[in-house]
Amino acid sequence: MWAWKRNREASKKGCTRTQAQFVAYLDGRANPSERRVFEDHLAGCATCRARAEEFRGLCIALDGLPVADPSPAFDANLRARLAAESTPRGFWSSWVPAPRFAFAVMALLLMAFWVSSLPQSSRAPVFSAQAPASDSDFRMIRDLPVLENYDVLSKFDVLSELPGVSGALVDRNREDTE
Amino acid sequence: MARTDVQLMLDVKAGDEQSFELLLRKYRTPLIHFLYRMVRDSAVAEDLAQEVFLRVYRARKQYAPSAKFTTWMFRIATNLALNSVRDNRSRQLEISLDQKVDAGEDEQHVIEVRDRAPSIEQELLARGRSETILGAIHALPEKQRAAVLLHKYQDLDYGEIAKILECSDSALKSLLFRAYETLRIELAPLVKTTGG
Repeated sequence: MWAWKRNREASKKGCTRTQAQFVAYLDGRANPSERRVFEDHLAGCATCRARAEEFRGLCIALDGLPVADPSPAFDANLRARLAAESTPRGFWSSWVPAPRFAFAVMALLLMAFWVSSLPQSSRAPVFSAQAPASDSDFRMIRDLPVLENYDVLSKFDVLSELPGVSGALVDRNREDTE
Repeated sequence: MARTDVQLMLDVKAGDEQSFELLLRKYRTPLIHFLYRMVRDSAVAEDLAQEVFLRVYRARKQYAPSAKFTTWMFRIATNLALNSVRDNRSRQLEISLDQKVDAGEDEQHVIEVRDRAPSIEQELLARGRSETILGAIHALPEKQRAAVLLHKYQDLDYGEIAKILECSDSALKSLLFRAYETLRIELAPLVKTTGG
């Protein structure tokens, strides 16, 4: 009883060890030593013997697998695709694979054209708006000694005619100076 | 003396279009067979095969014979086929999940997405023997499916298939064992043992 169990365990171990060699043995690609080991195992393992028989039957069954042959149009279609591959492409067709680049170049060209087509007058304010401002600044700086002279300003009646300045304030200034 | 595939490809690289024609004639049919078994649609298989040849042609200038030509070509084909299968599967999943489900009063209704092909009995009733086998292969996980098709029908050696699937030789052998084991169980009613 124990001997039978021991043989069975050994056979199981052999089964797992020989699994990788199973296919190579059946398709005739196992080397002689692998073949001998496998045949020794088969001689003592009824399960693997039965399995090997079923594998042989399976190989015969698989031989009858249907196939699809190339259609008559296969060669013609392939030649057309190959011809399209090897035809040298013109200058304009070289833009086709890079549409983003072509679009970017087009956009730049259009923008450059638009900027150059703007009338001079519409571009002038950008510069002329600066000119008067700097001119008045210059005049103010030039007149600064006069404006800072208190005596001149206190006798400057024109200030009383200014809309925001009250006459009282001007009179008070006059009294102060006197 | 017949030129090897690598020599033909090097000639293509040098500008010999006739060599490409020879490669096309040699591999057109096995490539379409492989792709048809991968995607189960002849029109898609043809389209993918054309794409494979186009990619080979486009890459001719950079071609370096570091591996066998078939390894390189089937690697391109396998990747294209797997992408196509994934795209198709996600499209089908979108359609099935978008469909209205009559859940009744039960708010927590679960949409069951089938991940296996119909049973062998149903398949036998509905389709022929060949279609059943093709269906069983198609139900395999993608990598196992590609491994079986490259091993069984393209007669490539383990090293080549391992390179195509980007795995080790031992991992490939385990992958193949699991795939054939699944097929053995799924196709049991069709399989006649040679001994009995």
